[in-house]
Amino acid sequence: MIDKVVHSLAMAVDDVRDGATVMIGGFGGAGMPSELIDALIAQGARDLTIVNNNAGNGEAGLAALLKARRVKKIICSFPRQTDSQVFDGLYRAGELELELVPQGNLAARIQAAGSGLGAVYTPTGFGTLLAEGKETRRIDGRDYVLEFPIHADFALIKAHRADRWGNLVYRKTARNFGPIMAAAARCTVAQVDEVVPLGELDPEAIVTPGIFVQRVVPIGGQRSPRNGAATQGHAR
Amino acid sequence: MKRRTREQLAARVAADINEGNYVNLGIGLPTLVANYLPKDREIFLHSENGLLGMGPAPAPGDEDPDLINASKQPVTLLTGGCYFHHGDSFTMMRGGHLDICVLGAFQVSVTGDLANWHTGGADAIPAVGGAMDLAVGAKRVFVMMEHQTKTGESKIVERCTYPLTGIGCVARVYTDLAVIDVGRDGMVVREMVEGLTFEELQRLTAAPLTHCVN
Repeated sequence: MIDKVVHSLAMAVDDVRDGATVMIGGFGGAGMPSELIDALIAQGARDLTIVNNNAGNGEAGLAALLKARRVKKIICSFPRQTDSQVFDGLYRAGELELELVPQGNLAARIQAAGSGLGAVYTPTGFGTLLAEGKETRRIDGRDYVLEFPIHADFALIKAHRADRWGNLVYRKTARNFGPIMAAAARCTVAQVDEVVPLGELDPEAIVTPGIFVQRVVPIGGQRSPRNGAATQGHAR
Repeated sequence: MKRRTREQLAARVAADINEGNYVNLGIGLPTLVANYLPKDREIFLHSENGLLGMGPAPAPGDEDPDLINASKQPVTLLTGGCYFHHGDSFTMMRGGHLDICVLGAFQVSVTGDLANWHTGGADAIPAVGGAMDLAVGAKRVFVMMEHQTKTGESKIVERCTYPLTGIGCVARVYTDLAVIDVGRDGMVVREMVEGLTFEELQRLTAAPLTHCVN
């Protein structure tokens, strides 16, 4: 019987090695897998390359990972925010490498990795600082920049519900990068509010098919596959 | 002359958004436009973080941390609205599916170049977000900004001195002084605030303007 459910956060991130590339889902706090990030901090892997839309907010989650000095490089679109003080300090001190990528190119590069493409030509960023030194091509009268895929060793994402095959549904705008990161990583770990029995997720509405997900960790109320009863409130 | 306030500027932009338009309002000043959309028109607001049919801020106490806009503020979903992932969201933006995006700007050039993401300062931390995707992808890019900087310099220029967001992408500029179309014929003034003469507007603008008020 295939069961991708892992009941320990520590076990779910146990094999992240030093120097790994780790995608972390979320847009600001929505969809950020905070419990998995805390487990990664406790696990101790360092010299990580992190892929996220932002570079941490406040002091928790991704910001805490940065503060613990585990990150060598961050690939993101929007690091500077009113509450990005942890990133700002490390960046200004020269202790954190930044690869700034327009948000749609970040998404396209993640999708290119997940879908097995060698590169993509994108119009975004043409003629700007962020395309300097990159190969360009004019296609049908329009200018494009060649951008390469971003592959990851791990993707840590947050979804709402999962089943034991790793099928996922999300909640509202917490979906954001989750589905595309899931396809781009060698090992995708999804923390979820709830694991439901196989067959309970509407097959027409499954957002991320289980083929893209290797591990599922229930964080909130987990329903036992047998009695189907919720045992815990949601952790939020 | 009477300069438009930020609210009046937002209302002026909102008046040009039509029934059925799919619209992205950039972070900062453009978010104000949502407050002035004509109530009798069905307009679809898109948010880059995966939301179409975005509604107003929730009542206090009804905020949901999983339902936010691109500025990471709590919002609501209108009946009929939907959620999607970042790949689909940027397909909408980059793929030419949005009718209008409204962006703020540091500078706009006479040929429609846009600079709005980075001052280029040595100690500035750059952040680009979805601005470059909107600039190249929306059918029409509207810029909404003050006509001059706080120190009185024209934000409409012959050539941008700040790092570019997109080349030749701006269709129309709304400022506290005027509404100006940008196209093959250069910059054409369509509207000026009460009490402003074309000569005075040209004097305050560091690029050649043509006067063609309908």
